[in-house]
Amino acid sequence: MFTWFHKLASPPYFYLLAERLVPWFAWASLLIILAGLYGGLWLAPPDYQQGDGFRIIYIHVPSAWMSMFAYAVMAVAAAIGLIWRMKLAHAVSAAAAPLGASFAFLALVTGSLWGKPMWGTYWVWDARLTSELILLFLYVGYIALNQAFEDQRTGDRASAILTLVGSVNLPIIHYSVQWWNTLHQGPTVFVGTGSDIAPGMLVPLLVMIAGFMLYFAAFVMKRIQVEVLRRERNTNWVQELIDKP
Amino acid sequence: MKLAALVRRDLLLAYRRRGDVATPVIFFVMVTALFPLALSPEPALLRTLAPGVIWVAALLAGLIGQGSLFKSDYEDGTLEQLLLSPVSLELVALLRVLTHWLVTGLPLVILSPLMAMLLFYPASAMGMLIASLLLGTPVLSLLGAVGAALTVGLRRSGLLLPILILPLTVPVLIFGARATALASQGEPVAAPLYLLAAMLVLALTLAPFAIAAGLRVSLES
Repeated sequence: MFTWFHKLASPPYFYLLAERLVPWFAWASLLIILAGLYGGLWLAPPDYQQGDGFRIIYIHVPSAWMSMFAYAVMAVAAAIGLIWRMKLAHAVSAAAAPLGASFAFLALVTGSLWGKPMWGTYWVWDARLTSELILLFLYVGYIALNQAFEDQRTGDRASAILTLVGSVNLPIIHYSVQWWNTLHQGPTVFVGTGSDIAPGMLVPLLVMIAGFMLYFAAFVMKRIQVEVLRRERNTNWVQELIDKP
Repeated sequence: MKLAALVRRDLLLAYRRRGDVATPVIFFVMVTALFPLALSPEPALLRTLAPGVIWVAALLAGLIGQGSLFKSDYEDGTLEQLLLSPVSLELVALLRVLTHWLVTGLPLVILSPLMAMLLFYPASAMGMLIASLLLGTPVLSLLGAVGAALTVGLRRSGLLLPILILPLTVPVLIFGARATALASQGEPVAAPLYLLAAMLVLALTLAPFAIAAGLRVSLES
C-alpha cells in the first residue's frame, strides 16, 4: 500500500494519472448535476411553506457542504505535507483553496438570495451564515499567506501550519457562533436516525451533492496538474512533456 | 536557569524599548476614545456598546503589538541561536509570548477600567471586565504569535498578520464581549468565563507547537 502511496506522490506519475482521470470525473459530474437539477427543479414537489423558493437548496446546500469538505481536504493534505514532506500534498492544498473559497462564496450568495423571500432580508447575523463567512475569511488568509513567500516551499509549509491551526479552531468557531445567535433552520438532512426532508426532495439533493463532489474532484485534479507544472517547471520530465509532440 | 535568563533578557529589552512596548496600549486608548466621537456621546448608547468597543479595541491592539514579536530576533540571528540551543523551541516561544503579554497585555487590562468608565460601563461590573480580559487577552497573544511566527520572514507582513489571525480570534471575541455585557446587566457570567478559561488552556497547550513549527519554517528559508 505504501509503494502505491509513494508512487502517487511522484509528480510525473500523478500528472499522467490525472490526465486520464479528469475527463471521466468532469463528464460524470456534468451528467449527474444535470440529472440532479432536473430532479430538483421539475420533479421535486414545491414546499408547503416556501413554495418554489426552496429549490435554491439544490445549489445552496451542496455548496456549503463542499466549502467544508474542501477545508477538510486541505487539512489532511497539510498534515501529510508536513509529516512526510510530500510536495504533492502541498499542491493539493493550494489547488483546493480557491475552489473551497468559491464554494463558500456561492453558499453565502445563494443563502442571502434565499434569505430575502424567507426571512425578509438578504443578510442576518445568523450562526451558520456567520461561520460560513469566517470560513471564507480563513480561505482568504490561506491564499494570501501561500502567495506571500518568494520561495514556494516556505509558503507551502507556512500555510500548511496555518491550515492545521484553522482546523483545530473551526469547531470552536462553529459552536461559539452557534451559541451566539441562531435563526437558520436546524440540520434537516441527517438528524440522528433519519431525515426530516421528504424523500422526493431529498433524492435530488443527494444527487446534487454527488455531482458537486465529482466536480470538485475533477477540478481539483486539473488545478493540481497546473500547480505541479508550475512547481516543477525546471525539471526534465516537464521539459520532455513539452517537447513531446 | 537558562529560561530565567531568557525571560530576564526579554523584560530588559522591553524596558529599553519602552516606546515600542507602549504603542499597543496607546492604540487601545485612542481607538476606544474614537467611538464616542463617531457614534454619539449619549451615555445610554455608550453603555450598551462598551463591552464590544473595549473588546474589539483590545483585539486590534493585541494584534498590532504581536507583529514585531520575533522580528528583531529574526533579523539579528538570535532566533537561530535559540533554535540551536538545547532548550526546546516550544518552551522558549511560550515564555516569549507570556513575557510579551506581561509588558503589553497586562497594562491594557489595567487601563481597561478607565476606558470602560469613559464609556459609562457600570462600576459594579468592573471586576468581571478585568477577569474576562485577563483570560481572553493571553489567548489573543498566543494566536497572534502563531501569525507572527509564520510571517516573520516576510518583509511586508504588516497587513498579512491580521488577515490570517482575525478569523481565528472570533470565539474569544464572542465570549469575552458576552461575559462583559452580561456582567454589566448584573447577570451571571460563569458560563462565558469558563469557556474563555477553556480556550486559554487549549491555546496554552497547543499554540506553542504551532509557533515553534512556524519559526522553524521561517528560519529554514
